[in-house]
Amino acid sequence: MNEWLYVGLFFIVGLIIPIGAIAMGFMLGPKKPNPIKQSTYECGIEPVGEGWVQFKAQYYIFALVFLVFDVETVFLFPWAVKLGQLGMFAVIEGIVFILILIAGLVYTWRKGMLEWV
Amino acid sequence: MNFWNDPLKVAADWLMGIFTSWGMNDVAAHVLVAFLGVLLLITILMVIDIFLVWIERKVVSRFQDRIGPNRVGPFGLIQPFADIIKLMIKEDTTPDGADKVVYNIAPILSMMSVLILWAVVPLAPVMLGVDLNIGVLFIIAAGSIGTLSIIMAGWSSNNKFSVIGAFRCVAVMVSFEIPMLATLLIPTIFTGSMGMNAIIQGQNIWYVFLSPLAALIFLIAAIAELGRAPFDLAEGESELVSGYNIEYSGMKFGMFYAGELLHAFTFGGFWAIMFFGGYRFFGLEQISPFLAIAIILFKALVGYWIIMWVKYTVMRIRIDQMLAFNWKFLTPVAFVLVMVTALMNALLRDAGNWLYITGMILSNIIVAWASLEIVRLVSKKERERVEGLKQVVEAHH
Amino acid sequence: MTGEHIIFLIVGAVTLLSALMVVTMRNLVHAALWLVATLFGVAIIYTLLNAGFLAVVQVVVYIGAIAILFIFAVMLTRRQAADTGVSVNKNWWAGALMAVLTFAGLAYLLQSWRGFSKTAAAIPSGFDAVNQLGEALTSPAGYVLPFEVASVLLLAALVGAVYLAFNKK
Repeated sequence: MNEWLYVGLFFIVGLIIPIGAIAMGFMLGPKKPNPIKQSTYECGIEPVGEGWVQFKAQYYIFALVFLVFDVETVFLFPWAVKLGQLGMFAVIEGIVFILILIAGLVYTWRKGMLEWV
Repeated sequence: MNFWNDPLKVAADWLMGIFTSWGMNDVAAHVLVAFLGVLLLITILMVIDIFLVWIERKVVSRFQDRIGPNRVGPFGLIQPFADIIKLMIKEDTTPDGADKVVYNIAPILSMMSVLILWAVVPLAPVMLGVDLNIGVLFIIAAGSIGTLSIIMAGWSSNNKFSVIGAFRCVAVMVSFEIPMLATLLIPTIFTGSMGMNAIIQGQNIWYVFLSPLAALIFLIAAIAELGRAPFDLAEGESELVSGYNIEYSGMKFGMFYAGELLHAFTFGGFWAIMFFGGYRFFGLEQISPFLAIAIILFKALVGYWIIMWVKYTVMRIRIDQMLAFNWKFLTPVAFVLVMVTALMNALLRDAGNWLYITGMILSNIIVAWASLEIVRLVSKKERERVEGLKQVVEAHH
Repeated sequence: MTGEHIIFLIVGAVTLLSALMVVTMRNLVHAALWLVATLFGVAIIYTLLNAGFLAVVQVVVYIGAIAILFIFAVMLTRRQAADTGVSVNKNWWAGALMAVLTFAGLAYLLQSWRGFSKTAAAIPSGFDAVNQLGEALTSPAGYVLPFEVASVLLLAALVGAVYLAFNKK
C-alpha cells in the first residue's frame, strides 16, 4: 500500500484535532460582541487608517534570494544521497554546483542587495 | 509475538481481527486501524503539549530566579489544565475588517504543520511512523505550510502590527531555511539516505561527533525557524506587542501557542534524530520499544531544554542584524561545510574508522575557526572605519 | 474503481476548481492562496504516482518559496488587494480558442501514443526513486551537464533579480 496514505492520515487527523479544539472553544465561550471589542487592536488607541502598510521592497529581495537557494539545495539532496557510492567526479561536480551559486551570493552581496536599508 | 516487544503490531493485529470479524474488508480495516493509530499518537502528543506549557513555565521561572506555577496541584502540575479551561471559555472574537475565512484557517494550519511532522519521527525500532525515503525534506515541507499559516494569520487580521510581525517572521523563517537545508545535507551525506530511520541506524557514532558544526548550525536555524528568542522579532513585545497572532483570542490563540511549544519540542527531537542517534543509546533500544520511546523523548526534552536555555539567556536582535547574520555568515559557512564534508567523505571513506572521525572533526574545527577568523578581521576593519569616522567628526567640531 | 481512483478523482477535481478560483478571484491575496491549494493538489497527485521526492519538492519550492514570493509581491506593490478592473478584454475569444486548440492537440498527440492506454508496470519492491535520481544527476553517462546548467540558470535568475531591484533604487 502507498506509504503516503499514512501521511495523508496525519494530515487529516492534524486538521481534525485543532478544528475540534477551536469548535469546542467556540461553543463554550460567551458571545457578546460590541463595536469596541471588535475594533482593531492598536495599543488601546483608536485605529488610524487601514490595516495595510506599505512594505520595504527589501523583503522581496530576500524572498528572491531565498527562492534561488531553496531550489539549489533541493537539487543537491539526490546528489548527497548517492554520494557515498560515487567517486571523486561526483564530489567535484557537486562542489562546482555549489560554487556557482556562492558566486551568485557574492554578487548579490557586492551589489549591496543584502544590506537592510 | 509479544506485546512488550512490538506493542503496535500486536494491537493492530488484534484490532484488525475485530474489524474483519465485523465483516469489514481488509483494506478498509487496515486504513481504519492506521487512522486509530495516528489518532492515538496525536492525542498523546497533545497531552505532552499540555505538559510542555508547565515545563516551559517552570524552566523559565528557574532561569529568572522565580518558582513558577506552584499553587494548583502538586508543583503546579494542574496549572496547564486550568489554562486550557480558561482558553476554552474565553470569547472567540473576530476583529472588524478581518478576512474571516483566512483568519479562521490560519491557526488550524499552524497546528497541523507541527502535528504532521510526527509522521516521519521514528519512535522505536518497531515504531517507525512512516519511513519515507525523503524524510529529511518532509520537515522542510511541513515548515513551508507553517510559514504560509503565519502569513495568512498576519494578513487576514487587518492589523498593522500583525502584518509587520508576519512579514518579519516569514523573512526570518525563509532565510534560515537555507542553512537548515544545507546542514540537513550533512547527515544525508553520511548515511546515504534521507530516511529518518536510516539516519538513526547509520549513527554508530553520533553525527554530532562527526560534524559538531553542522549540529550547531542546525540548532541555530531551528531556533530561528521556531521564531524563538533571540530570533523572535516577529513577536517583539515592546514594538509589535505580539506579532502575527495579536488579534487572536481563546482557543485560536491557544493553537498558535501550543503549536509553538510542540514545534520546539519536535525540533528538539529532530536535533536528536539527526545528530544524537535518535532512539539509540548503547543498545538499550533493543531491550524494549518502550525504553526506546523513553530515550527519544528524553533526548527531545534535552534539545527542548537547550532551546529554552538559549531563549531565556540571549537578547533579541534586530532584523537587519539577523538577516545579515544568516546571509553573510551562516549560509556561506553551511555551504562551505557541505563542500568540505563531501570532499572529506570521499577522501577518507576507505581509510580506517578512527581516521575518518578525526578527519571529519578536524575539518569541522578548521571551517569553524577560519570563518570566525574572517568575521573577526572584517569586524575589526569595520570598527576601525567607524573609529576613523568618529575622529573626522570630532576634528570637525 | 479502487480507492486510489476515487482519491485521484477528488483531488483532481479540487485542484481544477482551485485553479479556476485563482483566475477568477478579485482579491489578489485570495487568488494567491487558491494557487497554494492548486499546487498542493498537484503535490498529492505526485504522491499518488509514488513520486514522493517530487511531491515534497513541489511543496518546498512552490508553496514554501514561490507562493510566499507571490504573496509578498502582492502585499508590497498594491495598496488595495482587490482588483477592480475587468478581468477579460475583448480578445477573450481568441484566448479561449487557443486554449481549446492546445488542449485538443495535446489530447490528439496523447491518444496516438502507444503508452497512453497501457497500465504502468508495478514498481519493483526496494525501488528507491531518490537514489535513481541521484545516479542520473551525477553519473557522466547521465545528466551531469543539465545539472550544472541548472546551477548556472539559477545564477542567472539571481543576477537578473538583483539587477532589476538595483535599477529601481
